[in-house]
Amino acid sequence: MKNLALLILTVFILGACSNSSNKQGGEKAGTSKVTLTAAGATFPMPYYNMVFKNYTSEFGTLLTYGGIGSGGGIRSLTDKVVDFGATDAYLSDDKLAAMPAEVVHIPTVLGAVVIAYNLPGVDGLKLSNELLEKIFMGEITKWNDAAIKANNEGLALPDMEITFVHRSDGSGTTYIFSDYMTKISTKWADAVGTGKSLQWPVGMGAKGNPGVAGTISQTEGAIGYIGSEYAFAQKIQTALVQNSAGNYIEPSIASVSAAAKGEIPADTRIMLTNSADPESYPISGFTWIILYKEQNYDGRSKDQALATVTFLDWLVSADAQGQAEKVHYAPLPDAAAEKAKTILRSVTFDGLPLLK
Amino acid sequence: MNLGKLQAKQFSQLLNVHQMNSDKITKGVLLLSSFVILFVAGGMIFSLVEGAIPALKSFGLSFIWSNNWNPTEGKENYGALPFIAGTIITSVAALLISLPLSFSVSLFLGEYYRGTKIAKVLGTMVDLLAGIPSIVYGLWGFYVLRPLLIDLGLPNQGFGIFTASIILAIMIIPYATSLSNEIITMVPNELKEAAYSLGATRSEVIFSVVVPSARSGIIAGYILSFGRALGETMAVTMLIGNANIVPDGFFSTGNTMASVIANQFGEADGLKLSSLIAIGLLLFLLTGIINAIGKFIIKRMG
Repeated sequence: MKNLALLILTVFILGACSNSSNKQGGEKAGTSKVTLTAAGATFPMPYYNMVFKNYTSEFGTLLTYGGIGSGGGIRSLTDKVVDFGATDAYLSDDKLAAMPAEVVHIPTVLGAVVIAYNLPGVDGLKLSNELLEKIFMGEITKWNDAAIKANNEGLALPDMEITFVHRSDGSGTTYIFSDYMTKISTKWADAVGTGKSLQWPVGMGAKGNPGVAGTISQTEGAIGYIGSEYAFAQKIQTALVQNSAGNYIEPSIASVSAAAKGEIPADTRIMLTNSADPESYPISGFTWIILYKEQNYDGRSKDQALATVTFLDWLVSADAQGQAEKVHYAPLPDAAAEKAKTILRSVTFDGLPLLK
Repeated sequence: MNLGKLQAKQFSQLLNVHQMNSDKITKGVLLLSSFVILFVAGGMIFSLVEGAIPALKSFGLSFIWSNNWNPTEGKENYGALPFIAGTIITSVAALLISLPLSFSVSLFLGEYYRGTKIAKVLGTMVDLLAGIPSIVYGLWGFYVLRPLLIDLGLPNQGFGIFTASIILAIMIIPYATSLSNEIITMVPNELKEAAYSLGATRSEVIFSVVVPSARSGIIAGYILSFGRALGETMAVTMLIGNANIVPDGFFSTGNTMASVIANQFGEADGLKLSSLIAIGLLLFLLTGIINAIGKFIIKRMG
């Protein structure tokens, strides 16, 4: 009993100590600073975590980001519980109209979806659009199929079942992948279509990029799609994919960035898959931050609104974009960054632009 | 204990409740906690039903037996049959696989080697199984069990209903075993001695005296473990293959209700979110029905 009382007392004192130190820290940082809260897509999370932290240590604004998925990011913005949301798939016209107020998209960085496979000793697999369609529709089931062989002369393709591993959870990665498949294959467009989760013709599901990557690496003969940020960091065996110019392109920071070199609409809502640029990796895409165009809502202060747009303006600047490669994302090409800055200058507080 | 008494005294003085006796305090605390539980359970049912209404409105009761789960925009249709089938098949299979194992172990612990050192060690090991987080079972299944099954020639790279059932069976063994063991130990010695004095052999004593007098407890143990199999998520997700189809065989891939919710909830909205909540509601009802059947059986046998 005595020991127990002592223990409780100790815990209490320790708790009090940490409380008071927290308070001091909070007051110090909170004298003139605001806290920005954001939530959404998991795909850009490693990048956001890094640059958010750097921004806090450089400018003092506290930032928190919850990787709860693109759907969750949109929901959080709709419920007005965050300063801005993040999503891998832009809001369709219908969804934009359903939001409580006008929402703008800010592209922040580029990523890609790579086709990963597990065939020991078989490097540099080339997949044409036709092969992608046939493999993922379940029409080709063996690795030594004549069609794959014809496209990959010199590779020792084994007599092995093809096991397709896809995502079991809803994901922006799936969205980009299926958007590309829909563009290159009418059969896929009719039977499967585009979405964050799909009705798959073949294969089995694994949860998250780590789940898919783990299943592929544990299963000889497996093929699947993985977010590039994860695949590049893990150095996973990836296939070369044929782009719209007919070139077989290896996924890399440069080839992904090249996908955004074409014409981009003013609101930046575009899927970059199957880009026309001859150097581009075709399964690439933007990830966006979404926020309300009129920042005076729900009693937000002007400081809060100004901090939000100031931070986002920094996020698309060369300062932040230069750090993207460190965590395996492709930076925005200059033209796209300019578009993002123009959009940020249209964000208002009481009808007046916040940034000049 | 003096300190405890002292604290209680100070406590009552502090609240100035000299007249209030400890019975009243206990009664109040119990009432309050029961009310909180009731409130939480009621609130959960309410929010499940409320969230499920849009899905049930658009698909009607056919939601339960439609096997078409298509989240693609424009072709959206949700049917829960693949997941209901996957859940029931894996849980029943797990129960059947675990039945002989946990029954033998509980007899071993509660009757044959009761009170011996080996029984104590084994009992601790079985209880330990219950404490292992399900993600660890999943990892073990993924890295150890699955390659083993691939070597044995299982299709689908070792993923599927069968693999998930084996893992579930191992996970639920401790629940059935502990409870059965407890009940078997509680069978009065007089009963057994009476049977022995009539010349019964040990197995006759077990099957005509021990098991019959302990059966309601044994069955309760299996129902508890079945309920646990129904709701298990993580380990199943890692091994079942997550294909949203009605399994066409014991080695086919599939999915379960808990697993599809865990997988798809993050990015779901609109009708899909509502359908997932509706699946949650169905799982809730399914567990409720199983419990009711269990209670009924125990009552009939008791």
